[in-house]
Amino acid sequence: MIKLFKVKEKQRELAENTSNGVPVKKQSAGELRLHKDISELNLPKSCTMQFPNGKDDLMNFEVLIRPDDGYYLGGTFLFSFHVSPIYPHEAPKVKCKTKVYHPNIDLEGNVCLNILREDWKPVLNINTVIYGLYHLFTEPNYEDPLNHDAAAVLRDNPKIFESNVRRAMSGGYVGQTFFPRCM
Amino acid sequence: MADTSVHLQQQQPSRSRDLDKLLLRPGNLVGPRFEPGTELRDDLQAFAKVLVVGAGGLGCELLKDLALTGFCNLEVIDMDRIEVTNLNRQFLFRLEDVGKPKAEVAAKRVMERISGVDIVPHFCRIEDKDIEFYNDFSIIALGLDSIEARSYINNVACSFLEYDSDDNPREETIKPMVDGGTEGFKGHARVIMPGITPCFECTIWLFPPQVKFPLCTLAETPRTAAHCIEYAHLIKWDEVHRGVPFDPDNPNNMKWVYDEAVKRAELFGIPGVTYSFTQGVVKNIIPAIASTNAIISAACALETLKIATECSKTLSNYLTYNGSEGLHTKVTEFERDRDCLVCGPGIRIELDPSITLQKFMDLLEEHPKLQLSKASVTHRGKNLYMQAPPVLEEMTRSNLTLSLFNLMGKLPKDIVHVNGMTSKNDQKTSCLRKLHVVFKGVDGVADMDTAGGA
Ligand SMILES: [Zn+2]
Repeated sequence: MIKLFKVKEKQRELAENTSNGVPVKKQSAGELRLHKDISELNLPKSCTMQFPNGKDDLMNFEVLIRPDDGYYLGGTFLFSFHVSPIYPHEAPKVKCKTKVYHPNIDLEGNVCLNILREDWKPVLNINTVIYGLYHLFTEPNYEDPLNHDAAAVLRDNPKIFESNVRRAMSGGYVGQTFFPRCM
Repeated sequence: MADTSVHLQQQQPSRSRDLDKLLLRPGNLVGPRFEPGTELRDDLQAFAKVLVVGAGGLGCELLKDLALTGFCNLEVIDMDRIEVTNLNRQFLFRLEDVGKPKAEVAAKRVMERISGVDIVPHFCRIEDKDIEFYNDFSIIALGLDSIEARSYINNVACSFLEYDSDDNPREETIKPMVDGGTEGFKGHARVIMPGITPCFECTIWLFPPQVKFPLCTLAETPRTAAHCIEYAHLIKWDEVHRGVPFDPDNPNNMKWVYDEAVKRAELFGIPGVTYSFTQGVVKNIIPAIASTNAIISAACALETLKIATECSKTLSNYLTYNGSEGLHTKVTEFERDRDCLVCGPGIRIELDPSITLQKFMDLLEEHPKLQLSKASVTHRGKNLYMQAPPVLEEMTRSNLTLSLFNLMGKLPKDIVHVNGMTSKNDQKTSCLRKLHVVFKGVDGVADMDTAGGA
């Protein structure tokens, strides 16, 4: 290709930046796949989306979940999503921004959901993740604890767990920890 | 002329002796345009400009190898500074260089040792350079350790690619890449000719997904040193440093994680937490082996020479090297993904400049190659129309009645991505397509496209 390089180099010397048809960076394949995921979302009424940076930044968005069943009925929980340019090779990074008394979500908002970490596969999508999060509220699970105390209470005494969840959601203390109101 | 070159050769017999065997003699395996002779050697020095991306273990080798191979115009880009732990394999660096930018020291060292080579260092992130910076190079050689960075450079290099009206890549727009990678005793070298051989995105599945431990295992039942380190890194850090993000390049942050991991390991009686293992787990680093870097870099430098001079056909197209049990190398010819969103030609659509976005979407439904219903449309990172979720549909609905030509910034032609539903054997499937939109009768369209098609 050296002849071609030579021609190009000479053209460049002659042209001195006529800047005609300057290519602009294309969207990454990850952004495009995410665009597809999001435009095909099919969510239940209990899950809504927010795009804090406007309609053109899909890589950072928020999901509001209002469980319509189970212990967490009536609460509103905000999750932030950060999606990498090599999505779906890598799972989205998800945090719970609402402080919640939950066996699978710790007080810093880390979420224990298998498809976000060890079981993520590129065939999964944003819809699957949101459904996965939704199910954490209808079926909290004491076998994968991130909040050790909450998991133990759920396992040993579901009635107390239920009243703890109510107290936390209406804004109050569970043990030493204060939970702001989220109903 | 002949006399002077003979004279020169006699004067400096050693400098290009090995290269001359490849460049001055005819051969059976050469490319179709190979013309052996001293002019080729001179042109290589004068006109081939190679960018080395990364000045780490592989980058140091690449820079040295390319300089010794007869390339005289090199540039190197790397955002990192030299650390003590680099010194065992990043052989261009000395103890007194610790803390200095890798790109700058690497360029200086190679220029000191190999006369006649000019290397321009760039101490910055690859994203900091504007896209035209990358178009200046004949070939881009990659010595990187991250998928993100490779994917970024691949995207940039493929964005220069143009196709003619028969969907053949235009040679003058092809930006060749040579990509090397090593992990311990394993490595790969590959040649990417966008539009001809698979690009990085066509075969991203070649990279195994990163191992991620379940968070609840880290929190409740750690069993390995890596579990303890990830606990400190992913859970404990947030708990203590609320809202302050962990910076893997800050040694104090790393030391904090290490200390916490040690405490955690002691609590559960788990051996094996060391500072360097902590760095390895947190940054997902697999120990680098100097000899693997040297072997992979040699393969990459040779391929770069072959692309430039055509003194031999290039590797087609992916070489794997495994030195962990005996020694095994293999070349695999991977195939392009014809529908690749990054390097594929896309489907060409000619449009009247007066068309509205809604009419354009109707057209996609009727288009024989597409038959795409419920389309969402995006152009250069701007979402022109989104079918879902409701909040985005509302925000983009008003675009439907606007002219597509105006929405696309009045460009005579450009790439648009659409996704929606298409029927395949009577089954609806969702798909994502790259479209090459050309507006009829707008200045700038009457170029080689039409000339080639006539
Ligand atoms: Zn491709």
